[in-house]
Amino acid sequence: MSVLQKVTEALAKVMPDKGPDPLIETWHIVGQPLSRLDGPLKVSGAARFAAEVPLENLAYASLVLSTIAKGRILRIHSDDARRAIGVITVMTHENAPRMHAPPQMFTYRDSAATSNLPVMQDNRVHWNGEPVALVVAESQEAADYAASLIRVEYEPETAALSFDARKPEAKPPKDILGEPPDITVGGAEDALRRSAFRVDQLYRTPRYNHNAIELHATAAKWGSDGTLTVHDASQALAATRDTIAKSFALEPEKVRVMAPFVGGAFGNKCVWNHTFLCIAAAKLTARAVRIVLTREEVFRITGGRTLSEQRVALGANRDGTLAGLIHTGITGVVSHNAFPEQFTFPARHLYAAEHMLIQQKVVELDMVANTSMRAPGESIGTFALESALDELAIECSLDPIELRRRIEPQKDPTRNIPFSSRNLLEAYRRGAERFGWAQRNPAPGSQRDGAWQIGQGVATAYYPYYRMPGGSARLRITADGRAVVQAAAHEMGMGTATVQVQHAAERLALPVERVSFEYGDTHFPDSPVAGGSNQTVSIVAAVTAAVQELVEKLLRLCGKDSPLAGSRAADVGARDGGLYRLDNPTRGESYRAILQRAGRDYLECTAKAPMPAEMKKYSMQSFGAQFCEVRVNEVSGEIRISRWLGSFDTGRILNPKTAGSQFRGGIIMGIGMALTEESFFDERSGRFVNASLAEYHVPVHLDIPQIEVIWNDIPDPQAPLGLHGIGEIGITGTAAAVANAVYNATGKRIRELPITLDKILTAPPTLRRSVATSATPR
Amino acid sequence: MNEFSYERATDPAAAIRLFSKCNGRNPRYLAGGTNLVDLMREDIEQPGTIIDVSGISQAIQRREDGAILLGAGAKNTAVASHRDIRERFPMLTQAIVNGASAQIRNMATVGGNLMQRTRCYYFYDSAARCNKRVRGSGCDALDGFNRIHAILGTSAHCIATHPSDMCVALAALDAIVHIEGPSGPRRLKLTDLHRLPGDTPDVETELAPGELITAVEIPPLPPATRSVYRKVRDRASYAFALVSVAAAVQLNESGDSILAARLALGGVAHRPWRASVAEGVLQGAPATEERFRQAAEAELQLAVGRAHNAFKIDLAKRVVVDTLKELTRRPGDEP
Amino acid sequence: MQFTINGRLQTVDCDVRTSLLDLLRDHLGLTGTKKGCDQGACGACTVLVDGERINSCLALAVQYQTRSVITIEGIGSARDLHPLQQAFIECDGLQCGYCTPGQICSALGLAGEIKRGVPSACTADLRAGEIEFNSDEIRERLSGNLCRCGAYNGIVQAVQKTFAPTLERAP
Repeated sequence: MSVLQKVTEALAKVMPDKGPDPLIETWHIVGQPLSRLDGPLKVSGAARFAAEVPLENLAYASLVLSTIAKGRILRIHSDDARRAIGVITVMTHENAPRMHAPPQMFTYRDSAATSNLPVMQDNRVHWNGEPVALVVAESQEAADYAASLIRVEYEPETAALSFDARKPEAKPPKDILGEPPDITVGGAEDALRRSAFRVDQLYRTPRYNHNAIELHATAAKWGSDGTLTVHDASQALAATRDTIAKSFALEPEKVRVMAPFVGGAFGNKCVWNHTFLCIAAAKLTARAVRIVLTREEVFRITGGRTLSEQRVALGANRDGTLAGLIHTGITGVVSHNAFPEQFTFPARHLYAAEHMLIQQKVVELDMVANTSMRAPGESIGTFALESALDELAIECSLDPIELRRRIEPQKDPTRNIPFSSRNLLEAYRRGAERFGWAQRNPAPGSQRDGAWQIGQGVATAYYPYYRMPGGSARLRITADGRAVVQAAAHEMGMGTATVQVQHAAERLALPVERVSFEYGDTHFPDSPVAGGSNQTVSIVAAVTAAVQELVEKLLRLCGKDSPLAGSRAADVGARDGGLYRLDNPTRGESYRAILQRAGRDYLECTAKAPMPAEMKKYSMQSFGAQFCEVRVNEVSGEIRISRWLGSFDTGRILNPKTAGSQFRGGIIMGIGMALTEESFFDERSGRFVNASLAEYHVPVHLDIPQIEVIWNDIPDPQAPLGLHGIGEIGITGTAAAVANAVYNATGKRIRELPITLDKILTAPPTLRRSVATSATPR
Repeated sequence: MNEFSYERATDPAAAIRLFSKCNGRNPRYLAGGTNLVDLMREDIEQPGTIIDVSGISQAIQRREDGAILLGAGAKNTAVASHRDIRERFPMLTQAIVNGASAQIRNMATVGGNLMQRTRCYYFYDSAARCNKRVRGSGCDALDGFNRIHAILGTSAHCIATHPSDMCVALAALDAIVHIEGPSGPRRLKLTDLHRLPGDTPDVETELAPGELITAVEIPPLPPATRSVYRKVRDRASYAFALVSVAAAVQLNESGDSILAARLALGGVAHRPWRASVAEGVLQGAPATEERFRQAAEAELQLAVGRAHNAFKIDLAKRVVVDTLKELTRRPGDEP
Repeated sequence: MQFTINGRLQTVDCDVRTSLLDLLRDHLGLTGTKKGCDQGACGACTVLVDGERINSCLALAVQYQTRSVITIEGIGSARDLHPLQQAFIECDGLQCGYCTPGQICSALGLAGEIKRGVPSACTADLRAGEIEFNSDEIRERLSGNLCRCGAYNGIVQAVQKTFAPTLERAP
């Protein structure tokens, strides 16, 4: 059980059941398609990212990476580099400042380090691409050139690089983000054998890299008073501060980390080696130092999504219900973090089955630490599960949406508690209607346009609701009737400032123009990592707590001359830029009036969000239905996506404009995952061979058609403001929807991602196992 | 990137003089920079002197005999947009606009396009073994990730491909490369410019040190010749070819027989691959799918696939046949 | 070396190795032009040179001394936006904002190319003088600008809204 779960369990016992958020049905500002408030800064190039902050007397760093996967450094020849023009110093394990090995983030919540290995402290090499030296110079050109002059002698050791070779030694991880690696309900294998209809297949997914367009960058400057200022492309500011403080044995208050704008992150912008090394180099040289990774270095020293081999076996009864559901498999991991890639999480919460077997194993490899990438686990897990369900629907001669209707659970199938809000079938109904699913011909290969075979596929999208502990916010209201909210939150494209202004404006009943949101700096109150699609709701909860506290403070300030004299917080509500009694709406006054009478310029408070007890009492999940149409060229095997519709059930939508973009963004990354992306890991050397954006194919404009997204917009009564996070769910189910559509177009079932044209050309047509019977109609 | 001296040449003679003067300091000609600058940043190319020839011969001229002369410094965009080329050599326009991105096409030149180097992963990774980078060091692609690699004309030392689209069209068009050099001017057929890897894959062209491409000449096509460029790649746009086909066909008056065919393949070999075997099969033959298939089979007969790229053999045949079908389709034919 | 950036003549002391991109970002403080790959594969560094879009990461600054370079800062400021920048905001053609300046510069170059009749891989009739400003043409011509957040739909809509309002489709 994770720390988070233990805490929430304890809390759930003592905390009374609060009613739903009173704002849950308020739709003045929340729910409006407000354009991004930071749009003007971004479209004019004025938004400053980590590598762009001007620093006085700045020095530039360049890295040298190991070229062996495991072993020892024997010698580093750096004389030529040291003598090169403009070089300030060369840092290696022989002269790097002392840094404590960090705790790693997937076990310790206040860490943002993706590995617990020491960084440049000894002569050990742990993966091919690990930094072994760093040059600091007066210009980037000088640093890069000097780095190219450094020669390293190694004593290589045998490294574990082959996933297939290591599979026999696969073992269950201690836990999967606090959840057990195994769940058994009854006897699924027996149930499978007895089933009327069966699917039992292996699915494979490759390594992927996030490839945010902004390169990772850190700039660090030590103050003469022992303080440290760090500009870091980060999606975990507070945890980064704490991680740095631990490594450099500093009080956290001495460290300030800033990142007002982050150029995409997707799980990848936590603390990797370069952040530590940049700070160490700044210490060693007593200069401000900046490091910007090259795209190749992004592949070599920051990790991506790991590979998996998954078995999904489904056994259906004659009526199309599930007798047995098996989802097991293996991923490749490293010993220096704890990230098994939770691909079995969807199967734990999605469908009713009489017997279940869930089991994840891992093999340890000598590679850069794998990490979370947009819907880690759920993205690749839904590929396997939702492909298998499509195969089962064909076995049962059922429409795939009808099959999902028959296996819809009444409560969470493995946690045995109620769902807080589950409207998956409504998402399917609305999506099917809009997409025109009824017109689809289920017979494979039945639609064509010249050389293009056309097919449609559907799959469930699934991602958990998370609200992490540790959210806090500062709220200030000023005598001129303005409000400022501050939190060390992150903006990597989600529209953080925009939606938080919308929420605060709604809760304070102020116009949007009078509210601002400041973020991206650890001088503001802590926020949790912007991960797990949790940031928006975590800050909303913190701001809600801050508003409650502020209302109490305001009422205490009112005095006996105020129309609100004697009122308690429960007696008043926010309206028209002030507080008014609920029992008599004419009694009340504006914030401005309250503050001015009290002679105060402003009133301020900082509050923490309550612990996320809602997650313990309820199974809180987000859902969706992905509808895809593909065209597959019969001559060349080329696959093009021609239509897409995502229909989501993710609580209430705060801002339809930015939400639509987040859903689309997830779907597009999912299309890349399905069709074109793969990081080639050479098992002979342990090196990524296509470490560039020219050869790692993220989707381009022409790959992407108009993507339609719709949502139920049904508030979750248990969630703050009725909201669920939506950053990740878009990618889930996407690859399966593509694979299912490809099957419908061609009759070929591709069970290994990405679905490239060579797989289409070489795959034989997939035959149904049993064709004689079909599931009984209902 | 290593330190280098920068010189700018105003005409070919000056460029060649500069080259001779700097011999020994590993001089390199630089045009649009889209390939060389990248390779220098990756430390794969380490010139001691850069001779900027980007300002030289940007003109595109139509000669009286109908031939087109592309100045080596003409930008890809200018060539693709040129009225004569769009109308008379559409496959060249198609090849160019299917290559790279608009930004790169605005920078890249005719000469640079001919001289661009392979995109083999292992060539680009200086920690890997590559006979093209270091002669005799070995080839990690042979048993590594070779999905994008060559199937024709390979050797035990190298299976890299030439990445250009434009050159594939030029190969089919019988283009002639105009060269100036320390020992005077000469001309080479484009199909003779690039070498097969053999045991010296580091020697990629027939150019001698200091020789500079000044122009590419495209002879006129016979009347009523139709041409097309077809590219198959992983993304819908902006990706190197897995297989590409440049084809030009001249039919008889009734449209059922091939008078002459020109065919070249991209993405399959160390050089733009002129499919002369297939052309032989097509010459004077009936324009039927069966004959197209025979031609494709004959051309690919000697193709060798490795672990990940064997699919290219079948893919190349399919695309050749389909492209020829498209080119020989008569009005009213079933598509 | 002397450069003309956004109409201003500037003298900079820099290395011959310095790319046009690094000249802008590191020497002139014009950080609106972005670095995403430094090898011509992502388009984040797109600027306009004599009106044509190029990848400034592949350009050695020394080669561009006599040319007129326009960066995102020369197109419109946060207080005085170009209509295309305004359309990007309205159509939500951006998320993190990192590829955005490159997309905008690229789209401006694209508009000029379509106007001049420069064909693309999506141009069906190479002989036709006029090219339709439709979504396929925009998508093909912007394919050299990657957006990992996936703002593609909004970008295409913004370009169409600005340059071909009669062809614009609702999202």
